[in-house]
Amino acid sequence: MGSIANAFSSSIGKKLIMGITGLFLISFLVVHCFLNAFVFFDNTGVLFNEGAHFMATNWIIRAMEVVLMAGLLLHIVQGARLTFQNQAARPEKYAYNNGNANSKWYSRSMGLLGTLLLMFLIVHLSDFWVVSRFTGIEQFNGGTPLDAAGHEDLYAVMHAKFSQPWRVVLYVLAMISLAYHLLHGFASAFQTLGWNHKKYTPIIKTLGVWFSIIVPLLFALMPIAIYFGWSF
Amino acid sequence: MSVKRKLNTQYPILNTNKMSTGNMNLTLKVWRQKNNKTKGQLVDYKVADISPDMSFLEMFDVLNENLINKGEEPIVFDHDCREGICGMCSMFINGRPHGPKEGITTCQLHMRSFKDGDTIVVEPWRAKAFPVIKDLTVDRSAFDRVIAAGGFISVNTGNAQDANNLPIPKAQADAAFEAAACIGCGACVATCKNASAMLFVSAKISQLALLPQGQPERYKRVQGMVAQMDAEGFGNCTNTGACEAECPKGISLENIARMNRDFYAAKFISEEEG
Repeated sequence: MGSIANAFSSSIGKKLIMGITGLFLISFLVVHCFLNAFVFFDNTGVLFNEGAHFMATNWIIRAMEVVLMAGLLLHIVQGARLTFQNQAARPEKYAYNNGNANSKWYSRSMGLLGTLLLMFLIVHLSDFWVVSRFTGIEQFNGGTPLDAAGHEDLYAVMHAKFSQPWRVVLYVLAMISLAYHLLHGFASAFQTLGWNHKKYTPIIKTLGVWFSIIVPLLFALMPIAIYFGWSF
Repeated sequence: MSVKRKLNTQYPILNTNKMSTGNMNLTLKVWRQKNNKTKGQLVDYKVADISPDMSFLEMFDVLNENLINKGEEPIVFDHDCREGICGMCSMFINGRPHGPKEGITTCQLHMRSFKDGDTIVVEPWRAKAFPVIKDLTVDRSAFDRVIAAGGFISVNTGNAQDANNLPIPKAQADAAFEAAACIGCGACVATCKNASAMLFVSAKISQLALLPQGQPERYKRVQGMVAQMDAEGFGNCTNTGACEAECPKGISLENIARMNRDFYAAKFISEEEG
């Protein structure tokens, strides 16, 4: 019973995996948001493309990309397993359940919010990741794949994609889902890890709220700014 | 100096609450289920002339008396002390365990919390680990089995010692006492969207983990109780906080974090086999 392997098959162990992968994905969001925010500072896209070039060529980043994919996959698979298991723990539902009286709707809807985010990720990854890593970006920016500084012109891809209104709406809706997913997930991960502390928990909760607003807002502003041609 | 209270007024004590003044007529939608094998359903009942001073269970006593007088089978529900300390009463009232008020059990819920003409839905706790026995009574022996899997101290710790023989910081003693306030009613499981028992189990672990007598078996205890909790078919905690909000004894989520810490320590740090 004391073996490490069976710790992860217990209810607390499964939650531990959700918490660790969740925090890891949060750390990814920080990097992703920071680099993408370059679009706000340089209208030619050279700065953004340089950032993208660094991410695409640095071997540490490339190695972390594999870890990120594994972490994401683990978060999805484990999340789905937990959701189904939790539903099975109450085979007969209440005729009337006033859940809003004691908890937030988004904390009860992490499975749904996660599914929406997964659907978004499929579109998002095929929009940018697949294009830059596999299919190539020649089809964008009038056939010139490189920018003025000689880097792959992902900025042009962004402009081409976000000229479509439906895609802008989709991205903004996805970021609203992300905001609510984080609003519960950020502080929840710390609680699962056992890091509940009279001094630090209030700080974590406040930090979580700000993080859940600022990061998705910055992401959502990118397609909006590009669509409306705002320059900074 | 004593203050004489006029006892001939209708509601001498709790008249600060916004409460009904006259007797009430209510419609109840009560879950009736013959046994665990058959399917249940909500059945409508009317109760008339209910005093706002009655407890929710006394209102059920009136309803049951009416049913018996009519030759119908009375509604089976759990109750014992009727003063909020035994943990037996267990009704899911209008979508919430122990009804709309905070920090009380069903027996402490008074009819003045409702209005004349209200419709009240009453269901049993619903969880795979709490099968319905009959009507509103569920089998909560899963909790007993979780306790039997480690929620105790194996040796007799003796009589009360000299007060300062075994120094325990006040904050720690308070936290242990607050965890020990759990009456095991199961409201946490009932309200949790995952039917998770983690608030109960963590309270039973914490009350011992916080005190010196609980230390020798601390890691064995957490592993045993968590394993039994999982085996009973309770769901997994997703930190919605519904349990803490509905707990009649105000058991805190801090206990769940403590249980998680103890579990990780037991599994990943301790060399002791569970």
